Amino acid sequence: MTQTHKVPFMRIAKRESMPLWHSLLIWLIGLVLALAVSAIVIYAIVHLNPIKIYTAMFEGNFGSERRAWVFLRDMVMLLCIGIGLAPAFRMRFWNIGAEGQILIGGIATAAVMIYGGATMPTWALLVLSVVVSCIAGAIWGGIPGAFKARYGTNETLFTLMMNYVAIQLTSFFVAVWENPYGSNTVGVINQQTQAGWFPAILGQKYLLNILIVMVLTVAMFIYLRYSKHGYEIAVVGESEKTARYIGINVNKVILRTMMLSGAICGLTGFITVAGSSHTISTSTAGGSGFTAIIVAWLAKFNTFVMILVAGLLVFLEKGAIQIASQYNLNDYASEMITGIILFFILGSEFFTHYRLIFRRGKEVE
Amino acid sequence: MEQILSLTQAALVFGTVILFGAVGEILTEKSGNLNLGVPGIMYLGGIAGLAGSFMYEMSTANPIPLVGLLIALLCTLAASLLGGLIYSFLTITLRANQNVTGLTLTIFGSGVANFFGGAMNTMAGGVGQISVAATSGAYRATLPFLDNVGVLSSLGFMVYVALILAFVMSWFLNKTRMGLNLRSVGENPATADAVGINVTKYKYMATCIGAAITGLGGLYYVMDYIKGTWANDAGIERLGWLAVALVIFARWKPKQAIWGSYLFGVLFWLYFYIGGLTRSSQELFKMLPYVVTIVVLIVVSIRRKHENQPPESLGLPYFREDR
Repeated sequence: MTQTHKVPFMRIAKRESMPLWHSLLIWLIGLVLALAVSAIVIYAIVHLNPIKIYTAMFEGNFGSERRAWVFLRDMVMLLCIGIGLAPAFRMRFWNIGAEGQILIGGIATAAVMIYGGATMPTWALLVLSVVVSCIAGAIWGGIPGAFKARYGTNETLFTLMMNYVAIQLTSFFVAVWENPYGSNTVGVINQQTQAGWFPAILGQKYLLNILIVMVLTVAMFIYLRYSKHGYEIAVVGESEKTARYIGINVNKVILRTMMLSGAICGLTGFITVAGSSHTISTSTAGGSGFTAIIVAWLAKFNTFVMILVAGLLVFLEKGAIQIASQYNLNDYASEMITGIILFFILGSEFFTHYRLIFRRGKEVE
Repeated sequence: MEQILSLTQAALVFGTVILFGAVGEILTEKSGNLNLGVPGIMYLGGIAGLAGSFMYEMSTANPIPLVGLLIALLCTLAASLLGGLIYSFLTITLRANQNVTGLTLTIFGSGVANFFGGAMNTMAGGVGQISVAATSGAYRATLPFLDNVGVLSSLGFMVYVALILAFVMSWFLNKTRMGLNLRSVGENPATADAVGINVTKYKYMATCIGAAITGLGGLYYVMDYIKGTWANDAGIERLGWLAVALVIFARWKPKQAIWGSYLFGVLFWLYFYIGGLTRSSQELFKMLPYVVTIVVLIVVSIRRKHENQPPESLGLPYFREDR
């Protein structure tokens, strides 16, 4: 009797590697599909021409010079958090705690502005804010890092919980610094003197935010790709055992990287408080700490690709807010559309790592 | 005395919401899937139940409570199952990262729920104007034989459903063959695969059914906790993350989650009943559930007792080819 082998209709094979432009192309296909699905959803709900909707979205982002600057400001904030998360994720350390680290950095900055505002010049306030917000963020990120290194405590769950401790801490300080009394907000800090605020450069309020983050983008790219630290992070991420074998002090690398990650997230809190909102509240981070996780992951730790991803997400958010006000919807539509688009991009990632092989050996790229 | 009674009651109601979430998430995590979409699934379940009963009560003059109850239940189960299915398809079949997919599900669920919740508020004529009195009343029905038993007299029947579910889940995980198989998938999928357990099927089933149970938490929140209305105040999101915390606190044991959920309820409401607190120190009090969870997480990892650990492969993907 002859044995017959059953060939499955479809099987999956891993791709060796893929040029960057190729995977970007696959994402683009995913994005187009996502926009199409979102358009159908929008049409089903409001019966509006989707093209009009997308035009309105563009208007919302770049319709005026001010809007374009706000777009850039929010994009670099998201980007900055992503940069902070990159080294931790590269090490396969799931820092879900960016939200909290931003708030802690923000609290530190607000404290400097409130207590030093009357006595110190702005440049000193800014320098001091940078230092304390980075230290605060580094501590907030370093605690889970230390426990992970020493006892193997699950970092995903630990950092997640630290977010809510930070949120309550923020509520606490909002109550302490309440101004005016009974408003339950801190109000704009140093509104008269503008002490500790980012100075306008070339007449642009947000240019300094953008410059700082641009420098960080390049620096983190170099740090991860060409420095000894970056190499150590990559090895620990691939295999802790290998790292130990070649003599890397794994505990030290984990702690150092998490402190760095926390410090940059803390710095984001500084940029947000001193450079754009000039106040502190529980919504200072506004969920960006979670969104940035998606940014960092999709960009595969490449800080330049992060610019694209962050830009896309902020574009969607601002666009949806514009639609909401223009067509009298509520702006939670933006979260819904963002969710749909991310599902598609996450799904399309599969095709950058694997290919499908159908029966008869016909291959589909 | 009255204060203690009222605190107990608040804690029981609060605990029930997160108990549903935690029991569902325990089932999911036992298969090795760390689903951070719990708040999103609760949102989906809550809004679907509300929308279903809202449509029903709008369409008839005299809504029958039991029908509203069933419609809401079915809508909730369908919507949260769908949420679990999206997560499963992306992480198991398309091999996307679990954390990122879960967080996306949370963003999506919150968007969908608040979008439609806001829309329904507008349709009904303003925030808090949605009225699903009949259905909500049905969900708040108390058990007749407990009418005179002090603190229990005003608890809706869902409180007991959550309790029973937790016991059933504990029995299922520890005393049945399928539960054993499921745990082995979560501990070491390669070994489970080698002895002929269908890893993919178990992961799909556990994640989807877990999501459906989690969704009931959203339904209970909408129908009983806030009495059949909707407010875009991220209330569900907070509770959803507390449910994730509770899973850790209970060390992946459904029975431990029962008292844990009520303890969280007490910790959450304690500030309300302690006299002489300023508003700022109240905020510090609300930190307690999270701090307690962190302490448990640390202690468990230091003591390394085998039965208290998370499932071995929690959060890790399993691809047969990568073995």
